[in-house]
Amino acid sequence: MVNTKVNLSGLVLDNPVLCASGTFGYGYEFAELYDINCLGSFSFKGTTKEPRFGNPTPRIAECPMGMINSVGLQNPGVEKVISEELPKLRRVFHKPVIANIGGFTFEEYTEVAALLDKEEGVGLLEINISCPNVHGGGMGFGTSAETAAEVTRRVKAVTKKPVYIKLTPNVTDIVSIAKACEDAGADGISMINTLLGMRIDLRRKQPIIKNKMGGFSGPAIFPVALRMIYQVYEAVKIPIIGMGGVTSAEDVIEMMLAGASAVQIGAQNLVNPFAAKEIVEALPSVMEKYGMEDLESIIGGAHRG
Amino acid sequence: MKQVFFKILSQECIARDVMKLTLAGDTSAIQGSGGFVNIKMDGLFLRRPISVCDYDDKTLTLIYKIVGKGTEKLAEMENGTELDLLVGLGNGYDLSKSGAAPLLIGGGVGVPPLYKLAKLLLAEGKRVQVVLGFNSGADVFYEEEFRALGADVRVTTADGSYGTKGFVTDAMGDLNYTYFYTCGPEPMLKAVHKATKTSGQMSFEERMGCGFGACMGCSCKTLTGYKRICKEGPVMEKEEILW
Repeated sequence: MVNTKVNLSGLVLDNPVLCASGTFGYGYEFAELYDINCLGSFSFKGTTKEPRFGNPTPRIAECPMGMINSVGLQNPGVEKVISEELPKLRRVFHKPVIANIGGFTFEEYTEVAALLDKEEGVGLLEINISCPNVHGGGMGFGTSAETAAEVTRRVKAVTKKPVYIKLTPNVTDIVSIAKACEDAGADGISMINTLLGMRIDLRRKQPIIKNKMGGFSGPAIFPVALRMIYQVYEAVKIPIIGMGGVTSAEDVIEMMLAGASAVQIGAQNLVNPFAAKEIVEALPSVMEKYGMEDLESIIGGAHRG
Repeated sequence: MKQVFFKILSQECIARDVMKLTLAGDTSAIQGSGGFVNIKMDGLFLRRPISVCDYDDKTLTLIYKIVGKGTEKLAEMENGTELDLLVGLGNGYDLSKSGAAPLLIGGGVGVPPLYKLAKLLLAEGKRVQVVLGFNSGADVFYEEEFRALGADVRVTTADGSYGTKGFVTDAMGDLNYTYFYTCGPEPMLKAVHKATKTSGQMSFEERMGCGFGACMGCSCKTLTGYKRICKEGPVMEKEEILW
């Protein structure tokens, strides 16, 4: 029998397979298809202080081996998430869930984090710092080590739950930003968010996405994500939740060898709604194939000569 | 929603760039009319959503226009090819509001979902009138099929090469109807919204990520709140639409 259990800052998961925020709703669309309790956990739809419609449509564009999305954090706002969505989520998922939090000011992050801190079913806070800072000229919180560290410090001050900072790859040096988050008290790093991308419609000769650009995800970005996780693992001691183009149990293991303690499935959920379940089921036999008995022991294995 | 593997039974070109695809497989998750399926295709990342034209216990008919990579690929597929479909998607048309004499208005590849709808309404003993609009005579399809069901059919073409010259709204003025159902390109839907004298239901299109409500890629604003075209749509009530 192989051991698939992993530990994220004291939160023990049955397996490292998670679903990424924005690709799994609040779980119940998928619970119609299979028992989602087979997952290690999942990160629910990014939550902001106020309700948001998000960006105008079209919000989706296809790419070779991936897609661009520009949803723009559509969500009903933290109050409704707590009063309406989380009770529904609890009926179909009985393990601690990951709360994904977005914000446009420091105060929004802390207000949402403080409210979700009180939710018993939430095991971990994942802070999306790819949002623009409206008081900082619209620059993303995650594009400078200073603002990334400041979000980390402020969120840590209002919650007892583990805080994982979800990093954007659209930066010059992701390692220094990860280190700044660790120094500011982050319990872990979640990476990578989508890569900024674009497509143009030849018929209309205009960008397909109404907002012109969007976040590129899917199997095409796997090598980029893997490389960044490998680099960040060398520099920080805190756990990493890895994501970016994962489609198979082999990808999960590869990402763990690079340094991820757990791995999220994102875009693949949208094209194969059974993807996460199939990966959970395939994991033990793939581990056996490569002579692995305990998943936790392989984390960062590629760094040990 | 259900994932079902279908086999291609036949495929034929029924108008310019318009293909009729007949598939064999388990259709038990498909209900009513106006819903859609989402087809996985090798080598392409996203599935392709296509509206359901007709189905019985074992077969499913889809009509699609060749407009891009996905539909080009689909049109080249051989009989016997197995396809991975998500079926039972979308809310579909609500028949209960039709009254005794509903009007069905279709434009281009918006015509197919109205076919099953017409069948269901006629089975309930309703008097069904249909107006079908196309760009040109070469684009016309399913006129005879609707007529064979027992519906009154009018056809319009924008260039006047077949039927009444003009748009669907040019052939509706003298009709008496109790309710309407429509599907077609957005400019047509807008014109129909204005020209119709009764309540009705309109089916919308949008670029989708997943097609089953997970990604929020196809959201729209309505007078009754935010809706996902794939989940709370594609069919909306005339009165709730915000243009």
